[in-house]
Amino acid sequence: MPDSDVLIRATGLTKRFGGFTAVDGIDFELRHGEAFGFLGPNGAGKSSTMRMIGCVSPPTSGTLTILGLDSVAQGQAIRGRLGVVPQEDTLDIDLTVRENLLVYGRYFGLPRAVIAERTTRLLEFVQLADRAGDQVDALSGGMKRRLTIARSLINEPEILLLDEPTTGLDPQARHVVWDRLFRLKQQGVTLVLTTHYMDEAEQLCDRLVVMDGGRIAAGGSPRELIDQYATPEVLELRFQPSDHDQAAEKLADFTAERIEVLADRLLLYVADGDAALAAARGRGVEPLTSLVRRSTLEDVFLRLTGRRLED
Amino acid sequence: MAVASAAAGAGRTGPGPGPGPGAAGSGPAGAGVLAVRALRFWLVNYRRTWRGSIYTSVANPVLYLGAMGLGLGTLVDQHGTGRLGGVSYLAFLAPGLLAATGMQTAMNESTFPVMAAVKWLKTYQAAAATPLRPGALFRGHLLFTALRTLMNSAIFLAVMAAFGAVQSAWAVAALPVCVLTGLAFAAPVEAWAITREKDTSFSLLIRFGLIPLFLFSGTFFPVTQLPGWIQPVAYATPLWHGVALCRSLSLGTADLGGSLLHVAYLVALTVAGLLAGQHFYRRRLYV
Repeated sequence: MPDSDVLIRATGLTKRFGGFTAVDGIDFELRHGEAFGFLGPNGAGKSSTMRMIGCVSPPTSGTLTILGLDSVAQGQAIRGRLGVVPQEDTLDIDLTVRENLLVYGRYFGLPRAVIAERTTRLLEFVQLADRAGDQVDALSGGMKRRLTIARSLINEPEILLLDEPTTGLDPQARHVVWDRLFRLKQQGVTLVLTTHYMDEAEQLCDRLVVMDGGRIAAGGSPRELIDQYATPEVLELRFQPSDHDQAAEKLADFTAERIEVLADRLLLYVADGDAALAAARGRGVEPLTSLVRRSTLEDVFLRLTGRRLED
Repeated sequence: MAVASAAAGAGRTGPGPGPGPGAAGSGPAGAGVLAVRALRFWLVNYRRTWRGSIYTSVANPVLYLGAMGLGLGTLVDQHGTGRLGGVSYLAFLAPGLLAATGMQTAMNESTFPVMAAVKWLKTYQAAAATPLRPGALFRGHLLFTALRTLMNSAIFLAVMAAFGAVQSAWAVAALPVCVLTGLAFAAPVEAWAITREKDTSFSLLIRFGLIPLFLFSGTFFPVTQLPGWIQPVAYATPLWHGVALCRSLSLGTADLGGSLLHVAYLVALTVAGLLAGQHFYRRRLYV
């Protein structure tokens, strides 16, 4: 990859709050036009990393270069070229949808006519054109999220930062947001997002890093990570609580590549789930329910950290 | 595609230094420009609430000057006003209340709205993600506070004149004094408010700070009426300096030396607040 394609480069990036290390010396590179994700549970250091990239949180140590500029010394210039969708809505709820974009566009020093033209286009894009004159307070959670995305695009940013873009939304609203983000990606906007939803990471990210305890546990495309850290299929078995431990023991020397014993079920990592289920039955193991599925990033995370993403 | 040119903007400018497509002009904007951008948020916001606030701005002076200036004043005037400097109680009281209005307006703008902007609505955090810096957000809010103070003081002065409580054309100069008095409160109070986690702090400030100042800073009676030991305390409060200045201007008794001293005191407090606010806004918004 030629060097000029690197939009963000972090080396030994560290953030401490008093004695607590939120981000522990991470390295990563982000290239032009890609959708890059930080996947990890709450408290993994994703948001702290995101705030450092947003130039509102000075790193404790390490270097962070964004668009060829230093994140601390040239933060103001960098922020002018970023779009930020924060985790919590920070809209001006007493103002109208249109006024929100006007106020925000002015923060970037944009002339009123430019803001007006972009506002029309952006509200169309996030499907809020018919609500332009409404007060933000009255919008649903999903609409507020979409307005936040429109607002983040008012300065035509070169990189769009999204911190947990769909947390707290109902499934339908999430899909609408995903659809809009996917379109932006198709149009060549560079996306950086944090999420603790593996389906979100799989849907949107070309490349991602798995974060845990402030460190990067692994990185790659969703496919690469699954290939490297999981098997093609997973056999999930549920038992009566009284039989659970016994079944786990019986299957311990089983031909699965790996077995995860969760509180409520067993996960057998195998190449062929149906064959594995037949083999288990052959040994006299009779589960209450069984499910064969493909491996996901959730399995990658479990393998890397020994814990589940959404607990 | 609706947003096509937004995306084109992202694709157009490759990586590397130079102003982004969103930046107006070349290079990062200066502190003054940024503060004015921050001010414009408050102005747009104020368009929603100005009608209600104007009602209060007009009603307050009418009620106070009517009840205390005329009602109570008639009683006071019957007992002689030598200790007030030989003027009517209304003429004595009105400029004191004018300065207190400056303080009151500034305090209203620099307490709960700061808490709302940093904690309840996170307006500050949203703005801090743009080229605006914490110091600019602080000074932009102060500019708005100054404008609101000017507005309320001007309305108060007009009502005062209508009540016949202005004795000198110099009273017009009391308007910038009110703004300065307001800033002497707003700058340090906003710097402190940004560090607060709970709004109960503001209730305490109003109960133990604002109200005693309002009552004992020479607004309603000369400080010389207080016991001797407490008089230095009254002279040290910023409101007393604002009251003394406004009163001397309204009565036409101002002298240059004394006025400069009052102004210097209020400017010093404002500057201290500006420095503190720069520091504390940064500490709160860049974590």
